[in-house]
Amino acid sequence: MTDLNKVMVEKYRNDFLKEVEANVEEGNWVKMCMQCGVCSGSCPLGPHWEHPPQEIFMMIRAGKRDEVLRSESMWMCTSCYNCIVRCPRELPITHIMHGLANYAHRLGIAPKLNPTRRFAKMFWNNITAGGRVNELKLSVGLYFMDGFASGIKKGLEMLPVGLGMLKTGRLNPFGLFSGGHCKGAGDIRKMIKKAKEIEDKRKGFAA
Amino acid sequence: MARKEYSFYPGCSSERKASASNYMVSVESMCKTLDIKLNEIPDWNCCGASIGYAEGGELPRHVMNARNIALSEKNFGNQDIVATCAACWLGAKESQERINHSETIFADINVILKDAGLKYEGKQKIRHMVEVLIEDLGYEELGKPVKKPLDGIKIAGYVGCQTNRPFGVDGESFESPKYLDKLVETVGGTPLEKYEEKVTCCGGALAFSEPEKSQAQIKKIIESAYDHGADMIVTPCPVCQMNVEVYQGQINKKYGTKFNIPVTYYSQLMAVAYGASAKEAGLDGNIVRATKLEEIAAKK
Ligand code: SF4
Ligand code: SF4
Ligand code: SF4
Ligand code: SF4
Repeated sequence: MTDLNKVMVEKYRNDFLKEVEANVEEGNWVKMCMQCGVCSGSCPLGPHWEHPPQEIFMMIRAGKRDEVLRSESMWMCTSCYNCIVRCPRELPITHIMHGLANYAHRLGIAPKLNPTRRFAKMFWNNITAGGRVNELKLSVGLYFMDGFASGIKKGLEMLPVGLGMLKTGRLNPFGLFSGGHCKGAGDIRKMIKKAKEIEDKRKGFAA
Repeated sequence: MARKEYSFYPGCSSERKASASNYMVSVESMCKTLDIKLNEIPDWNCCGASIGYAEGGELPRHVMNARNIALSEKNFGNQDIVATCAACWLGAKESQERINHSETIFADINVILKDAGLKYEGKQKIRHMVEVLIEDLGYEELGKPVKKPLDGIKIAGYVGCQTNRPFGVDGESFESPKYLDKLVETVGGTPLEKYEEKVTCCGGALAFSEPEKSQAQIKKIIESAYDHGADMIVTPCPVCQMNVEVYQGQINKKYGTKFNIPVTYYSQLMAVAYGASAKEAGLDGNIVRATKLEEIAAKK
């Protein structure tokens, strides 16, 4: 994975903007930003963004590749779409944030411990296994993300929530063994594999 | 024949014994009264939701949605697609726009689907249930079957983000949409029009991964409802519903608050007003019991 990072550094040298335009979802919009700052005031988790969206756009143009891609900032995006409906230049900011996060993750340089990165990965594996979400497996996986002891602790903290869901019939107690499956699950896994191959080829990620 | 028919995408959270199964129960009851027929897309899969981007990337995400759309085209091609989950609706609609916009993606998608014997055209409209109720039926029609108006119940309409942005319901503003309030009025309840946190984000999927940061958001959303004297909160989105309802205990522990406010779906309000029993309205699925609705539902 970090080899891929090296390849990209070589390929784009000092032109991070060009790299973003080529490899990041909706990245070709970045140059349209006029730095008004409206987006940065829109993020619900604003105080937790080390670099809010406007600043990230500025940093991309300034070639601050490492600072951007290794940042936790994009991982704070809640997909609330406040920014998109407010931006005077109509930049698809939400998608650019997702795209940057995905790109950094692909390159293997996204912050290792970021909980949203790890949760997103588990989520994707969960849905692509059977075609649908298996909520119990997903939550159990989430609690045990930081290891066994902390998993037990988190599980206990969440116990009242889980019991509430169970009592009201909103959680499948047998979810660890079944649930979350559609008939075409095999087809879906094949389709996703192929989609990944095509995307990698188009973006020059394939070896 | 039913008055209206739609190709229906229920989404994972609505499955039996999943977190929004009671939403589905109430939607069924509501649609029965309104003579709306929902034709479930056979063997639909998860939409990938808003967190799918990180691992999934672009094309794999679009493929997930394209499969559902293609299955819908094949089975109910002349009907609009309707979703009850805001994230599903948004994910499917976004993928459709992106695929239809790019010849390359369009071609790629069809190459991939072909192996499974499917074909994507992307001509059906993708809509949210609330949109359909308001635009295809209208408030007046929705008000006609009301048998038991929700007299005297004060309800904070929490619209959240994704039902409202970036697409939203036609003619409504992003910052202060009125449709939930109007729906509450339609079924005889009292909307709290001054409720400030209508469109505040609850943290979405980050409620799982960043619980403390999200719970600070949720606290604001609930506090403001109490400030305006709300008996309950109503939402159009299963993720909002879950986030605002199930963490109240944890928030109370952390902040010393005493939150215990029911969080219901618009469809539950409508079902009860249309004369459904508590069970038919999915009220047995609410962790914080909506006693005022239960009382009305129990009345003969
Ligand atoms: S709102 Fe739009 S134009 Fe303004 S800083 Fe953000 S991205 Fe740039
Ligand atoms: S969608 Fe993401 S980037 Fe946009 S305002 Fe919300 S959190 Fe910020
Ligand atoms: S948005 Fe959520 S519930 Fe809807 S299909 Fe996707 S994952 Fe499942
Ligand atoms: S309010 Fe929360 S759950 Fe609802 S759409 Fe927004 S982020 Fe998603």
